[in-house]
Amino acid sequence: MSTQASDSTAAGPAAFQPETRTGRIADYVDQRVGGTNMVREFGRKIFPDHWTFMFGEVALYSFVILIISGIFLTFWFDPSMATVEYEGKYAPMNGMEMSAAYASSLDLSFDVRGGLFMRQIHHWAALVFVMAMSVHMLRVFFTGAFRKPRELNWVVGCALLLLGLGAGFTGYSLPDEVLSGNGLRIIDGILKALPVVGTYMSFFLFGGEFPGEAVIPRLYVLHILIIPGIILALVVVHLFMVVLHKHTQYPGPGRTERNVVGYPVGPVYAAKAGGFFFIVFGILALIAGTFQINALWNYGPYDPSPVQAGAQPDWYIGPFEGVLRMMPGWIGDIPLEFVIPTPWGGNTVATPVLVPLIPVGILFAGMFVWPWIEAWISGDKRDHHILDRPRNAPARTAFGTATVTFYCILWGMGANDLIATHFDLSLNDITYWSRVLIFVGPVFAFIVTKRICLALQRKDRETVLHGHEAGVIEMKPHGEFTERHRRPDDYELYTLVAFESPEPSGPVPNAKGRITRLEKLRAGLNRWFYEDRVAPVSRQEYLEALEHDHHDGHDDGGLEAREQQQIGSGHH
Amino acid sequence: MGEHGNGDPRESGAVINAGDGESGQYAIDDPGLPPHRPRLADEDENTAKRSERQVAVLFLVSIIGTVIFFIGYFVVGHTADLHEVRLQNTLLGVGVAFAMLGIGLGVVHWAKTLMPDHELVEARKPLRTEDQRQEAEQIVGDVLEESGIKRRPLIRNTLIGAAVLAPLPAVVLFRDLDLSEDFGPERMRHTIWDEGVRLVRDPTGTPVRAADLTVGSAMHIVPETLLDITDHGEKLAEKAKSVVLLIRMDPEEIETVSEGREDWTYEGIIAASKVCTHVGCPVALYERHTHHLLCPCHQSTFDAANEFEVIFGPAGRPLPQLPIAVDDEGFLVARSDFTEPVGPSYWERGNA
Repeated sequence: MSTQASDSTAAGPAAFQPETRTGRIADYVDQRVGGTNMVREFGRKIFPDHWTFMFGEVALYSFVILIISGIFLTFWFDPSMATVEYEGKYAPMNGMEMSAAYASSLDLSFDVRGGLFMRQIHHWAALVFVMAMSVHMLRVFFTGAFRKPRELNWVVGCALLLLGLGAGFTGYSLPDEVLSGNGLRIIDGILKALPVVGTYMSFFLFGGEFPGEAVIPRLYVLHILIIPGIILALVVVHLFMVVLHKHTQYPGPGRTERNVVGYPVGPVYAAKAGGFFFIVFGILALIAGTFQINALWNYGPYDPSPVQAGAQPDWYIGPFEGVLRMMPGWIGDIPLEFVIPTPWGGNTVATPVLVPLIPVGILFAGMFVWPWIEAWISGDKRDHHILDRPRNAPARTAFGTATVTFYCILWGMGANDLIATHFDLSLNDITYWSRVLIFVGPVFAFIVTKRICLALQRKDRETVLHGHEAGVIEMKPHGEFTERHRRPDDYELYTLVAFESPEPSGPVPNAKGRITRLEKLRAGLNRWFYEDRVAPVSRQEYLEALEHDHHDGHDDGGLEAREQQQIGSGHH
Repeated sequence: MGEHGNGDPRESGAVINAGDGESGQYAIDDPGLPPHRPRLADEDENTAKRSERQVAVLFLVSIIGTVIFFIGYFVVGHTADLHEVRLQNTLLGVGVAFAMLGIGLGVVHWAKTLMPDHELVEARKPLRTEDQRQEAEQIVGDVLEESGIKRRPLIRNTLIGAAVLAPLPAVVLFRDLDLSEDFGPERMRHTIWDEGVRLVRDPTGTPVRAADLTVGSAMHIVPETLLDITDHGEKLAEKAKSVVLLIRMDPEEIETVSEGREDWTYEGIIAASKVCTHVGCPVALYERHTHHLLCPCHQSTFDAANEFEVIFGPAGRPLPQLPIAVDDEGFLVARSDFTEPVGPSYWERGNA
């Protein structure tokens, strides 16, 4: 102890003396990177557990599987549009001229053992990746998990979804067969429709006129480096923010805005989450081993002339395809496409391609900004860590369902040819009806969902005030039949009554005492959001209901309830 | 409620939390976490032993799965037979599935039956407290002050100017993404069709006589000059613009012939660009009775009897028609190039 604090542990408890080999290794690492603090922070960190919290995990794990299988594929795939003569094992194409990209995709399917399996698991994992992200996002939306302080993480999630679509589409286009080539052809057509810059964007993407010889190497770089790189970075940010905010939890007894109830990372949560990775991997492997996807040897090398009827894009491209199909090019004898007269010969506005971009654009832009829209409408600036049960936010739930309906109609239109052939319907009629449904459907879904939410809330009130139907019919001495009711225990009761049900707030004057037009709009939306409400059972109502039980002579029910309450309170 | 507290009682002062279940806020007060119910395996050693065996069996299933994989890989081996390829793929998939599911289900079963299932409570800490925020504000203020950026606007303004301009070269550098010599939208107005170019079948390349086409039939056509292009990329690009669908109808059935197009057909044989005017898919389906052409991508439908006008779907313009005639040897030839740009509409297209 001659030199002051030469050993920082000298002042505290006696320095740690590892005894086992593992202990020595751990101590070595700890002294150099401070593992102690990481273990203290994460070793017993609490994560709430609920089956709906699983979708994000599925997305993460399928992304890991995408990276693993994707790296495997890069060792054989040749992203080149140079012409080669096919000499692989697939006899029907022997000697055919094709791009190196397609030839190496065929090699991966027939010559490389396990290559077909890796191709299939890669494709299936991509479908599951986007699906899991979408469902995860719906879970976050319908439970209100995007509210303060998690708005920014919602935006990161939206960006991840868009990048997932980008990764999927760029990958779909790589094998350079007829199907993927026609997909690129559609992208080329959409790009060219964009005013002013569109034609040039197409030139720059394809390195000249479509299809050129440049696009596949370019998409390859996007697909294996840039997009997954950004996805990986954003996944890190996404998870970092989850740790920062701590996970949300469903309402229930013992759960408050200031705590987290759940299982510790070590050992239970880590084991469950880690095990779940293997389950996702196993299920994807099973699908990839038993269900064929993208049998690209059936399509042939890309050629601008042939196309297959009934060809479908991957599921997540469906809505984009559908919206293009839904748009009419002419209304009666009037073409929607027009030319702006200019001194240099006019400029074309390809309305039938541009108009469909508007609803899709609004859908995605709205997704990004929804947390702020809702906070502005509700005027709620508080932190929320307890989730909403979807029925307790009827307007949001209804709005979400309306949006999903809108999406699904577009999605169904993406497969209208298959619907027509499978159900023996007229393709044209499906399209005409969808043009009506796209406007009517969401409104209908909104109204119905809101009514269902309110009905479920009333059912909750009923349960709180009168209990569950016990399924036992009793006959009174005077001949009246009644059903016995069983009172829920306190834990269930608390879940049913502990929520907020805001009333419309009305316009709030600003600092100058004036109500601006914007504030009027906000108040209007606020009323639309909150005017239909079922209030949670108040304490007075609950006590009255208990009283009522006694007077009504539901002795059995009342007694049972009292017993239950005693049992409930006996434990804490 | 002893052990299950309501978490951190401290208020950050800056953040308002949503309702917190304070006494009296709801119909009943928070009863706290439900009592822990022990599982059978917590109390009965035999049940625990059984769970242990189940987990071990699942891990054994995983080992068997890996063996199945090796059987698929080595025993089926290299093969060109499509059935064996399928068999191999199935064995690999099922093998990996067992290997992974065995581990995954085993670990989860282990966690659910044998690891402690006590729910624990952790307090949420505020992201920041007000005094921390003030300290940070102070630091930011000091940093800005020490840099002097506010006191020296000349530095600030020139820096902004430089920072705005500096990324521009990075954008300009991408100009050469399109290196072609005929850069620009003008090239989209022309295809390799020209006066006297023969219509040949795709992909055989044989020329077509009028007699080869019966009434009601259709044929995929490319210009004969396409076959002379050796560069694959250039060939595809030219083909993407010049593919044509040749149809023969009863001349009586042709309903509309606009001025200037009187000699564009030959005895009921009519030719149109196969590239959809919507977003460019090949308009590949022809229905002979209605003489309608359908694009399978977005279902734009064109009527061959009325100069390919749009009768359904999102296309905004009729398909461009290729003027045709017959040469001295009786083969079908083009009278000229298309008279308007083929394919999807684009900004610079204008009045064609």
